[in-house]
Amino acid sequence: MKQEFKIISDFIEKNTRVLDVGCGDGTLMEYLKINKEIDIRGIEISKNNSQKCVSKGLTVIEGDAEKDLIQFPDSSFDFVILSQTLQAFLNPEIVIQELLRVGKKAIVTVPNFGFWKVRLHLMIKGTMPITKNLPDEWYNTPNLHMCTIKDFYNFCHDREIKLDKALALRNEKTSSINETNLNIKNLSAELGIFLIER
Amino acid sequence: MNQNANIKSLIIDKPLKLDCGQTINNFPLAYETYGVLNDKKDNAILVFHALTGDQFVSGINPITKKDGWWSYAVGPNKAIDTDKYFVICANVIGGCLGSFGPSNTSSDTNKVYGTTFPIITINDMVNAQYNLLDFFKIKKLLAVMGGSMGGMQVLQFISNFPEKARIAIPIACTSSHSAQNIAFNELGRQSIMADTNWLNGDYANQNTNPAKGLSVARMAAHITYLSKNGLQEKFGRKLQERDDLKFSFDADFQIESYLRHQGSVFVDRFDANSYLYITRAMDYFDLTKEYGGNLSKAFEKTKTKFLVISFTSDWLYPTSENKEIVIALNAIGADVAFVEIESDKGHDSFLLNVPEFLNTLKNYINNSYLTIQE
Repeated sequence: MKQEFKIISDFIEKNTRVLDVGCGDGTLMEYLKINKEIDIRGIEISKNNSQKCVSKGLTVIEGDAEKDLIQFPDSSFDFVILSQTLQAFLNPEIVIQELLRVGKKAIVTVPNFGFWKVRLHLMIKGTMPITKNLPDEWYNTPNLHMCTIKDFYNFCHDREIKLDKALALRNEKTSSINETNLNIKNLSAELGIFLIER
Repeated sequence: MNQNANIKSLIIDKPLKLDCGQTINNFPLAYETYGVLNDKKDNAILVFHALTGDQFVSGINPITKKDGWWSYAVGPNKAIDTDKYFVICANVIGGCLGSFGPSNTSSDTNKVYGTTFPIITINDMVNAQYNLLDFFKIKKLLAVMGGSMGGMQVLQFISNFPEKARIAIPIACTSSHSAQNIAFNELGRQSIMADTNWLNGDYANQNTNPAKGLSVARMAAHITYLSKNGLQEKFGRKLQERDDLKFSFDADFQIESYLRHQGSVFVDRFDANSYLYITRAMDYFDLTKEYGGNLSKAFEKTKTKFLVISFTSDWLYPTSENKEIVIALNAIGADVAFVEIESDKGHDSFLLNVPEFLNTLKNYINNSYLTIQE
């Protein structure tokens, strides 16, 4: 987790405007505020988490990213962050479109369903995989649209979304993803971190 | 009801041009303060009251001998901590607790103004209260805040004086009074005017009082401050000190008795004409229209941090109307936070002990104050 935050922080330039979509209790926002001189906002669907963020003095609005991003004008942020939330949306495709409308660039991190432990769990046990990054049972998981690193890579490719950076994260170690090592990273990485733009 | 040694007031000698066209000067503005203004004068919070509120935010109200209207939120160690902050609140003009209002006596005619008092607006109220900053020599307030009509004043204040507050907290309010709210206010006014003692507003000069009309107005309004679930839970069909229905028009039900009580205590502390004037000011409030249909324009010049708060069961100033303020602010990249607090206490939630609301408010103010000091 720490490593993910560090990578996101490295992607973001100084003195920029940033929006954290699905900012949770504001941990990443606080981390970025301390480490970067940026103007950061958040949007969060849970009442409890929104209140936690506002209590910290963070500029967070309680709202549903699938409905409420519409209020932000085109390119009103330099970076929009979506950290491990894409899979929880009803319509991830529209959310990605919105991220790229509101932000000049978007940072999207996806828990990789193609990770070998996930595959092995399903193959050996024959039940829905439960891992460190995917701790919930099939009946109570908030994740509606799980995908693999390869899925997201292809998704961007098909829609002519530019992948500025694509990183794979495994045991806090990062490596870059490219056309040639895609299948390997899709097996070995727990998390994919992408910097994308239109 | 306004001659009292406990009321501090300021005489505003600077002429104030009202929206209705008239100019007033040398008029009183009654206020109260809590806590101490620090040497840097960076810890002042201006609180705006709602329709029937007054300057006595906290502690014991010296006129009614009851708790101040925002005692849950304001006081030592409370959400708005008076050990840290200097809280100022003024009675709005048009009101009846010391500020210039229809129950004042005109020096020209030696008669109580009544309905000869000029129509006032939220804008007029805010412009009158702005004089408090000069009086206390405060360059910039830490915060302006208020619920309901107090929230409308917050919005108007920031639009009129974009550089005069670091934080703005409009709570359970709107940028444009809705048809439903105008309708409820009209119901209250008509009830006052239907009282034969109202005498076209001249009752004070003829030693009478439209208490019945004002009481009914309060009863009707009080229902709008609560929620259906809240009422059902608190009262249900419970009977008032009786085992069975009396087959009469007495207050059989507790809710009837409760409302009658609310109405009767209200008339002891509030002036019927003030009720007409202040509800009118609320109805006329339309900040969106003031800026040509684009609310964002009202806030274009400000760097103030906003926190907008609404409540789930508030159907008088619902979340959707509070969100319109958030949307207008986000459209211009303003610094705005927003939370909708879960509560079954209706519009009145902002006045009551709703821990999630009070905690969020407290931490937001304290953390924002720390950032400002850095």
